[in-house]
Amino acid sequence: MQNILQISWIIPVLPFLAFACIGLFLHRWPKAAAAMSILAIGGSFVLSLLVALKVFTGDPGQVFELSARWLSMPGLRVDMGIMIDPLTAVMLIVVTTVALLVQIYSLGYMDKDPGFASYFAYQSAFAGSMLGLVVASNFGQLFVFWELVGICSYLLIGFWFGKDSAKNAAIKAFVTNRVGDFGFLLGILFLTIVFGTLNFGELSTQLIGYDNIAVLLPISILLFFGPMGKSAQFPLHVWLPDAMEGPTPVSALIHAATMVAAGVYLIARAFFIFSHTPQAMFFIAVVGGFTALFAASIALVQNDIKRILAYSTLSQLGYMVMAMGIGAMTAGMFHLMTHAFFKSLLFLAAGSVIHALHEEQDIWKMGQLSQKMPVTTWTFVIGALALAGIPPLAGFWSKDEILLGAYVGGYTGLYILGSLVAFMTAFYMFRLIFTAFFGSNTNGHHAHESAPVMTVPLIILAILSIVAGFVGSPYMNNIFGHFITAPGVVHHEANLGIMVISSLIALAGIVLAWIIYQRKIINHESLRQRFSGIYNLLSNKYYLDEIYAWLIAVFVDGGARLLEWVDLKIVNGAINGLAFFTGWSGRTLRYTEDGQVQTYALYLFTGVVIILITALMAVFTAIV
Amino acid sequence: MIGLNHYLLLATILFGIGVYGVFSKRNAVAILMSIELMLNAVNINFVAINKFIQPSNTIGQLFAIFVIVVAAAEVSVGLALIISIYRHKKSVNLSDFNLMKW
Repeated sequence: MQNILQISWIIPVLPFLAFACIGLFLHRWPKAAAAMSILAIGGSFVLSLLVALKVFTGDPGQVFELSARWLSMPGLRVDMGIMIDPLTAVMLIVVTTVALLVQIYSLGYMDKDPGFASYFAYQSAFAGSMLGLVVASNFGQLFVFWELVGICSYLLIGFWFGKDSAKNAAIKAFVTNRVGDFGFLLGILFLTIVFGTLNFGELSTQLIGYDNIAVLLPISILLFFGPMGKSAQFPLHVWLPDAMEGPTPVSALIHAATMVAAGVYLIARAFFIFSHTPQAMFFIAVVGGFTALFAASIALVQNDIKRILAYSTLSQLGYMVMAMGIGAMTAGMFHLMTHAFFKSLLFLAAGSVIHALHEEQDIWKMGQLSQKMPVTTWTFVIGALALAGIPPLAGFWSKDEILLGAYVGGYTGLYILGSLVAFMTAFYMFRLIFTAFFGSNTNGHHAHESAPVMTVPLIILAILSIVAGFVGSPYMNNIFGHFITAPGVVHHEANLGIMVISSLIALAGIVLAWIIYQRKIINHESLRQRFSGIYNLLSNKYYLDEIYAWLIAVFVDGGARLLEWVDLKIVNGAINGLAFFTGWSGRTLRYTEDGQVQTYALYLFTGVVIILITALMAVFTAIV
Repeated sequence: MIGLNHYLLLATILFGIGVYGVFSKRNAVAILMSIELMLNAVNINFVAINKFIQPSNTIGQLFAIFVIVVAAAEVSVGLALIISIYRHKKSVNLSDFNLMKW
């Protein structure tokens, strides 16, 4: 069985091969392209399962590493290789499962799209990049695949590039990520300067007993810039809601497995660095907690089904990052895994609705879908229950573990904040469900259930959303926490009190949504009018996009104008001035050339006299 | 008693007159004559210095004769040029010869 680890490098290579094959040979045969892509990711999935089986039947501390030199120069060495440990194995399972199901679902969703073949090519490249990132054995390789993930997300968000909004969203995602990636790259360079290696294993050995906070704090903060961009933490979160412009299966992939998960995974992978500096950990926890609350509050008032889900992703990512920050790395990774399943389920179900309603995304124009689309409806409800944290679904166990970590770790403020977010999450998810799936059909649409190629992935994901949480529950002796751990990770025994409280909070959110949007005991229109100030602030996303646009207009455009002025007036002025001066002096001095030989002789004589006087004076001063 | 200084003074005055002539006269022949004056001033220096500083040999006097020979050749070439120009422009006034200007 050791052999399976030896060949595990094939896992990221397969999707890349599919990408190359489709790009080079199969782009004219959409069906063959899709088959190729799904076969490749399916192969990766099977291999990942075997690898995970091998890893989880072994010893938790084992690490399998295989690498080859890729780039070498004085002061920098980057290897390409694989590193398989329990953390990697979990991510491999999550990424390949979600990517496989999303691709199968895309067969139905993207049917008859003119870009069918290139869509699958990008999907393959996206999955391959993420798998390469997951198995990376060092920061250099991780960064390479990190950027590949970024470029693939750019291609897929802007897949319908005929639409201006899609094009702009793709550029926004890419540029926002660049900001974070720049800090991340600086952090990596800083690491290699200080420690001389980028390998995770070597770094963690070197860090034992290393306590120079003045060096580690900037490194940690800079490294955290990467997750801030990729995992869309405040203030670099603005790209994620706009990334909705891509096809819905892409949103599912980005939100669950291949893009935003990379940031959280990085924090888990580099946890041994972050956990050395309490200040950095506190910073991470605060950023995560703030993002969770901030995004949940925006989600309360959104009307676009995908935007609600997008803000809930932001909020849940904040949860995961907060978990990392308070030292509950296991809980954060656990939530990443369960979230991947139920969030991809929610997105794919939303895609099924959007597909059935011919690109309608406004929840107020839906209604009564429960009768027309039973499978989609009930899978969506399962996903929402899991997200809201209702026991015994997956989200309950992971969210509860994060809250437990905050409570036991003494972060009472973050515990209350997390509970508040849990309440808001339950509320806005069921606001969406009661309105879109059980509300009245005011628009008179004729929705019908999607084809099995789309509903079967939904059902599989729904089952995963129900059962995935048990691996981290006391019923299975928390096997997840047994394997996914690192030095400095705090682990707590399950606390029944916390469980009951968080379940009640989630239930309260659902009941409140039921009162307002199903029974309509409280009229939501009058609520909106009474709190119109807050409503406008939230529905305009705290005006952050406008603030960023203003900042860019003032500082970037203003800077550009200043530089333009410098270029035109000072740089060009210097060159033109020099040319003008040369011409002017030529025009003026030519009058000395009057053609009279005697004048020239006089110049000559004057020159001789001056030279003589100078020479004589030198002689005299030498004598004196 | 006439000494070296008197000869040097005479040579300086002659040379000055020659320089003045070269720069101020417009007539090409007059300029040639001024140049002769300057050459002869130099000749006086050669002979006088030879006589007063090192009377035992006659290198200075010999050099003066060389200068006279070269000056004669130079004057003949100069006059030939002037005649040639005169045939061309019917003038020996240098102010008329200012073609090589801006």
